[in-house]
Amino acid sequence: MVIEVSNLTKRYRGGTAVDDLTFTVEPGRVTGFLGPNGAGKSTTIRLILGLDRPTGGSATVNGRPYRSLERPLTSVGALMDAGDLHPTRSVREHLRWLARTNGIGERRIGEVLEATGMAGVARKHAKTLSLGMKQRLGVAAALLGDPGVLILDEPVNGLDPEGVVWIRNLMKGLAAEGRTVLVSSHLMSEMALTAEHLVVIGRGRLLADTSTKDFIAAHAPADGSGASLEEAFMRLTGASVEFRSGGSL
Amino acid sequence: MSGFVRAAGAEWVKLRSVRSTVVTLSLFAFVALGLGWVVANGFSEGGPAADALLPIMFGLLTAQLVLVTFAVATVGSEFSTGTIRASLAAVPSRGRFFAAKMTAVGLTVAAAALVVEVAVYGLVRVVIGDAAAPLTEWWTIEALLGGWIHLTLLSVFTASIAMMLRSTVVTLSILLPVLFLSSQGLGNLDAIRPVVQYFPDQVGMVIMHMTVPGDPRFGRDYGPWEGIAILVLWTAAALVGGWLSMRRRDA
Repeated sequence: MVIEVSNLTKRYRGGTAVDDLTFTVEPGRVTGFLGPNGAGKSTTIRLILGLDRPTGGSATVNGRPYRSLERPLTSVGALMDAGDLHPTRSVREHLRWLARTNGIGERRIGEVLEATGMAGVARKHAKTLSLGMKQRLGVAAALLGDPGVLILDEPVNGLDPEGVVWIRNLMKGLAAEGRTVLVSSHLMSEMALTAEHLVVIGRGRLLADTSTKDFIAAHAPADGSGASLEEAFMRLTGASVEFRSGGSL
Repeated sequence: MSGFVRAAGAEWVKLRSVRSTVVTLSLFAFVALGLGWVVANGFSEGGPAADALLPIMFGLLTAQLVLVTFAVATVGSEFSTGTIRASLAAVPSRGRFFAAKMTAVGLTVAAAALVVEVAVYGLVRVVIGDAAAPLTEWWTIEALLGGWIHLTLLSVFTASIAMMLRSTVVTLSILLPVLFLSSQGLGNLDAIRPVVQYFPDQVGMVIMHMTVPGDPRFGRDYGPWEGIAILVLWTAAALVGGWLSMRRRDA
């Protein structure tokens, strides 16, 4: 399964959030989705998931628009804002209503609770969960339909070091099973460890679509000293920020 | 199983899995039964036979504020908690999601209203004995049926408005004063009664025998079932509005 974004554009009254964006997310590897705050990462994800309508262009999963999928959770699992929970609904009931929408059986709820280490808190209300546990619940919800595509928006937020290692290995494992994994993050060091491939955007436009290794090499300092992904990212997006301030004058 | 049935089943899981559902529906029953009991105890025989409906309807019509709050909060909480994003990612068809939500809310309200109305009738009968409105008379059956339809449709109407406004607080702060306070009080003023009598909370009053056509102070220009027909139109219009707003707007 592939995610294809072509000439995707989203304009609001206040300006352009996504500007003629084209990229493809391939299966079998973790693709990092990077960009400074306000670059349009979350908007792009919302457009892929059919939550917002594009002004122009299209986003498809395996050639089909998300909104045309009859049981979308069985092909695409997504984690957006982990705090999107009803405070007095239990962990298990949250997964249960989601499962019902797509005709997913009761047994699968137990499986994802086990897989995310949430089985022990299944009866707890969402409001009693820590941010890290909410993230795990969000991952459990994304895995519910055993989807071929996973889209995770900032999944390491709020996780303790153990949780960070857990989600890193989980994402790598899912990709190794042949799934398509798109993960947005602002934590460069984490992306350097997790993502094989990078899609970098700034001000809604594509800045780079390349392997992590090549990206670091291409944006290394000219003096030949070692480069980190973080430095490479700052060089690339710094230029886009300068371009913005130059353009507005 | 069709996509709509799956989505409606999920909406039912959402409803029964939160504490507020049990709390608000219990409060609805408590207010309807409590006020029914109070009014029944103050009931004096000798007036027109249909006056025996007042203890039943007074409690229900006051308790409808709680029922409407339940219906509105069911929709509003999707937006206040952010679960609307997960809901629409799981059910991308906006029409299907909206239909499923309204079906689940409508059926839950219909069931609660029916059970509570029958209970209030039974309670009033115990208190006032033979003076109670007899079930052998059509006007009793008509009033009970009308009251049930009124409570159910009014809740669906307000839930649809909540879908347009996307907020429990905003919806209630507009609807409660306009529909339930001003029209019941100010609706009796001659100057605005020609308009206010057609408001959705008012059109069920004839069938519930809270007023009769031609009454000099509270009279209406329509009959019992015409009133229900107007309520059906209000509900249909709100459903169309809710559906259009769901379809057009970003989540």
